[in-house]
Amino acid sequence: MIQLIVLFPLLAAIIAGLGNRIIGNVPAKIVTTGALFASCALSWPIFLSFVGGDATPHVEPLFTWIRSGDFNAAWALRVDTMTAVMLVVVTTVSALVHLYSWGYMDEDPDQPRFFAYLSLFTFAMLMLVTANNLLQMFFGWEGVGLASYLLIGFWFRKPSANAAAIKAFVVNRVGDLGFMMGIFGTYLVFNTISIPEILAAAPSMAGSTIGFLGARFDTMTVLCLLLFIGAMGKSAQLGLHTWLPDAMEGPTPVSALIHAATMVTAGVFMVCRLSPMFETSPTALGVVTFVGAATCLFAATVGTVQNDIKRVIAYSTCSQLGYMFFAAGVGAYGASMFHLFTHAFFKALLFLGAGSVIHAMHHEQDMRYYGALRKEIPITFWAMTAGTLAITGVGVIDVFGFAGFYSKDAILEAAYAAGGRGQLAFFVGIFAALLTSFYSWRLVFLTFFGKPRWAASEHIQHALHDSHGHDDHATHGHGSEEANAPAQENAGHDAHGHDAHAHHASATGTGGYHPHESPWVMLIPLIVLSFGAVFAGFLFHHSFVDAEHGAEFWQGAIAFNTHLMHAMHEVPLWVKLAPAAVMLTGLAIAWLSYIRYTDWPRQFVGQFGVLYTFLLNKWYFDELYNVLFVKPAFAIGRVFWKVGDIGIIDRFGPNGLAALVVQGGKLTRRLQSGYLYTYALVMLLGLAAAATWAIAR
Amino acid sequence: MNQLGFPILTLMMAIPMAGAIACLFVNDKSARSIALIATLIDLALGIVLWATFDKIQGAQWQFTEYAPIFGRFAWALGIDGIALMLIMLTVFLMPICIGASWVAINKRVGEYMAAFLLMEVLMIGVFSAQDIFLFYVMFEAGLIPMYLIIGIWGGAERIYASYKFFLYTLLGSVLMLIAMMWMVQEAGSTSIPVLMAYDFAPQAQTWLWLAFFASFAVKMPMWPVHTWLPDAHVQAPTAGSVILAGVLLKMGGYGFLRFSLPMFPEASAQFAPLIFGLSMVAVVYTSLVALVQSDMKKLIAYSSVAHMAIVTVGLFAFNQQGIEGAIMVMLGHGLVASALFLCVGVIYDRLHTREISRYGGLSINMPKYAVLFLFFTMAAVGLPGTSNFVGEFLALMGVYEASSWVAIVCTTGIILGAAYMLYLYRRVCYGEIVHDDVRAMPDLSGREMWLLAPIAAAVLWMGVYPESFIAPMRADVASLVARVDRAKPVGDAKLTAGKPAAAAEGHAAETHETPAEAH
Repeated sequence: MIQLIVLFPLLAAIIAGLGNRIIGNVPAKIVTTGALFASCALSWPIFLSFVGGDATPHVEPLFTWIRSGDFNAAWALRVDTMTAVMLVVVTTVSALVHLYSWGYMDEDPDQPRFFAYLSLFTFAMLMLVTANNLLQMFFGWEGVGLASYLLIGFWFRKPSANAAAIKAFVVNRVGDLGFMMGIFGTYLVFNTISIPEILAAAPSMAGSTIGFLGARFDTMTVLCLLLFIGAMGKSAQLGLHTWLPDAMEGPTPVSALIHAATMVTAGVFMVCRLSPMFETSPTALGVVTFVGAATCLFAATVGTVQNDIKRVIAYSTCSQLGYMFFAAGVGAYGASMFHLFTHAFFKALLFLGAGSVIHAMHHEQDMRYYGALRKEIPITFWAMTAGTLAITGVGVIDVFGFAGFYSKDAILEAAYAAGGRGQLAFFVGIFAALLTSFYSWRLVFLTFFGKPRWAASEHIQHALHDSHGHDDHATHGHGSEEANAPAQENAGHDAHGHDAHAHHASATGTGGYHPHESPWVMLIPLIVLSFGAVFAGFLFHHSFVDAEHGAEFWQGAIAFNTHLMHAMHEVPLWVKLAPAAVMLTGLAIAWLSYIRYTDWPRQFVGQFGVLYTFLLNKWYFDELYNVLFVKPAFAIGRVFWKVGDIGIIDRFGPNGLAALVVQGGKLTRRLQSGYLYTYALVMLLGLAAAATWAIAR
Repeated sequence: MNQLGFPILTLMMAIPMAGAIACLFVNDKSARSIALIATLIDLALGIVLWATFDKIQGAQWQFTEYAPIFGRFAWALGIDGIALMLIMLTVFLMPICIGASWVAINKRVGEYMAAFLLMEVLMIGVFSAQDIFLFYVMFEAGLIPMYLIIGIWGGAERIYASYKFFLYTLLGSVLMLIAMMWMVQEAGSTSIPVLMAYDFAPQAQTWLWLAFFASFAVKMPMWPVHTWLPDAHVQAPTAGSVILAGVLLKMGGYGFLRFSLPMFPEASAQFAPLIFGLSMVAVVYTSLVALVQSDMKKLIAYSSVAHMAIVTVGLFAFNQQGIEGAIMVMLGHGLVASALFLCVGVIYDRLHTREISRYGGLSINMPKYAVLFLFFTMAAVGLPGTSNFVGEFLALMGVYEASSWVAIVCTTGIILGAAYMLYLYRRVCYGEIVHDDVRAMPDLSGREMWLLAPIAAAVLWMGVYPESFIAPMRADVASLVARVDRAKPVGDAKLTAGKPAAAAEGHAAETHETPAEAH
């Protein structure tokens, strides 16, 4: 069964990617979407059987991959609780995103390519989560990186998309350097890269030391940190996060699937998968905690000032990944995986909701040109509200809460309970939760409430101009909202389009534009994910983080710390209430700033201009890296080429030799003078030299 | 005589030789056909060779032939698994080279085809020679057809390029010849297998190693004697670049494997730091140079130097993973670099320029080309599932055991490699089409598909199931590792045991006694 789950997306990708010219666009879409729903349907029973406690972990071997000496890496599919959790996350979100893309990508001429990439991604992700050795995990790791590169650059005519795609790949490769070194080191130390064998042997290596780059370090710390660098790259943690916001250049369904729900969580997955290994190195866990907390805070601060709806959600993702990491860092792997699980649903929901808004607003992504969309696209509005309630963690203790309420509170309580650095992470996490609540509600208020500010948007004006520029645009289809709308409405568009000229000057107002709710293929995924965002936490929190049920559920797939999970429930009441308090505070600030007193943000910018610019420019990481790495790489490359190769090696090498030969030729020509006495002299000198040598020897 | 009952290696050399002679006397059209048929027969024979090669318990040297010529000089042939794989690479690429020249070469077609067929003879000779002088003759004679191919059918600067190529490669080989004569005198045999088992005195090894190094380092090419390669590639016709990158560059690595390591283990260990140092410089240096190239062929040529540096570090890792990895990089790079040069050739044939900036947006009007080019780009970047990953991974893992510094510096190649290859791909295939002549370029023809698709299949095969390629050479690499083991340098890891409570287990892991079965 697991073989089929993994194989279906690969086959679909091949058929749709290479055969779309033969079978046509629609069959290509049907094949990929059908394959994903089939995989999804097969995955849920596996997950539920682990939840029910009547499944045992097992490995399905396939065939040899790389064998060299003692080194042996086979293709194999591992099924345990970790895999089961990831299987449902990956296949469910992927299937829904495939379906959603029918609507979202409706007018794109390259749809089969898009669907093939999505399926290819899913295959690679499934290979990653079913890996039984580090190398197959790396295969999946790079495979999802490839798919991410292809999908970010899907609109390859756009220079910004191409730049973002390369950036994503190359920055991830920096992480991969760490991952590869980690695998090398692991093999050197354990003589195997099989995950279960490493995890079994890891405790015995605690306390040993290893030479690395000329110094001696604790063995397990070196290995864990090297692997963690890989995780940082894939999961966009502080320092290697710069690619994730840029990755929003890709189509929105991609952002939902890859850059929110699945691929970016691979780093968290890796740390949790290797948790018994990380447990042997407190230093490494400390680093994981600090990096996670720092990212959590950093991304949340940047998220509060972004204007692009997708970038807000992207930074939010980055920040939520930080939560997952510091949860892992304090030893609460169950909570970390639980947040990964719930986050997949509500973040995919938020992204797809944002996609629906963007679709309705004719590809306008700037929230400053939104407003008052609540009535125009009500289903999207309610779906995004569900997502926001989930991410901000709304709920009442012991009664009911949205998904994030269970997972985020579990992380925060576990961090507090862990003590030490965990308490620092707790306070950082609480502050980030305040920011999360603020930017999430800010997004909702700017988009769905207030007055319409659409008229000033270039995209909207484009739509209006186009719609009266063509007679027969219902078939032409500039936006599928138009194509799907009744002809009656289109006539209305034309009328408004003419009016639009009058509104150009004003920054607010509708400009005569009518947003339309997205088609049902897009709304159904939103509704399904809304159920996930509402109920995923309530239904499964016993399995993931409960001290009693957790150990049964995980069956040793992670280093489940029953003690910590108990301690989590013993934290003071204020710790339990703090997340709710900051959530309400954030909501209140957002409400005051964006609904009640709408000039507050402007005043804030005036008051704290430096801070605002600093945040708006994302702490200047891109600029810094440009100066530190990108520009020097090109400059040094040019120096090596012009000075090193041409100026030195060639000049003194072959060209110098050629010049020498010419000179030498001139010299010997002079020797061959033709005069007998010259020859006689040379002969005599030679004879004398030979005689001297013979005697002196 | 051997498991087949007929001298298959001689036959594999005789057929292209006969084809080469025939090509000189017929018209252009027949010359092409003769060359294609001769190379395809060799490919078929190569498959027979591979299929009948006994990789489980066969002798180390198989398909051996021996016929004395004069004195000690003999027509002695025979292959092990390593040579088998390199011969397969040669016979696989040759028909593709002929196909790539099918329409691009219009002048002196007969001579051109003859040069290629002669090259095939000599390459098979290099990889199957068991007599050290026979090897030398083949090794050096291989220069001549390549020299002619660049000098006659090359681009505008072909004379300079061929001069540079010849000068570099010849200088090294003079020293090698002297060393060979001394060795034969000392050991009393010209047989390579005998010499491989002969223990030269360590002091002598130093000088002999350096003499061989002078030749192989140029052939690799290693930094800083690499500058002939970009020029040779740029000026060579497409098929010339293919065979240069695909097979000729592998002769240096093969030389290290066949001579330097087994014959001079102590000197190899002594000079390993030199190899590591030059290779580390090469990876970073040439990758950065590749980043700023505006000529496609130059870019790929520089990337070849970086990849070959991974080969050298792998070879001098003194362990199974390192050496097998190095050979896999040689094979993988032979396929991928060849394919990339073919990809350049495809668009060069249409627009007659290698300037990257003249292209752009090819994904729009050449989708098939864009897919294949992307595939080979990703293979060059070393994506798992493609041939290059297997080799690079094993080689770097092997060298990590020797030195973590070397491993980390060489592994930066995966970052830089991604940067320059994706930057190239972006400039060629992505973006809008800005030039009208680019817009008019047609997609891949059937012939071009037939050149690239088999390579793509091989790259994928080697990436997903490399066992087919590693298995035949496993025993040979193991015996090489056993041979050099006495000189093996100590790595920098120097792992200590874990905490005393679990000392027994920790000790077992440390001393590598636990058999690794990754299931």
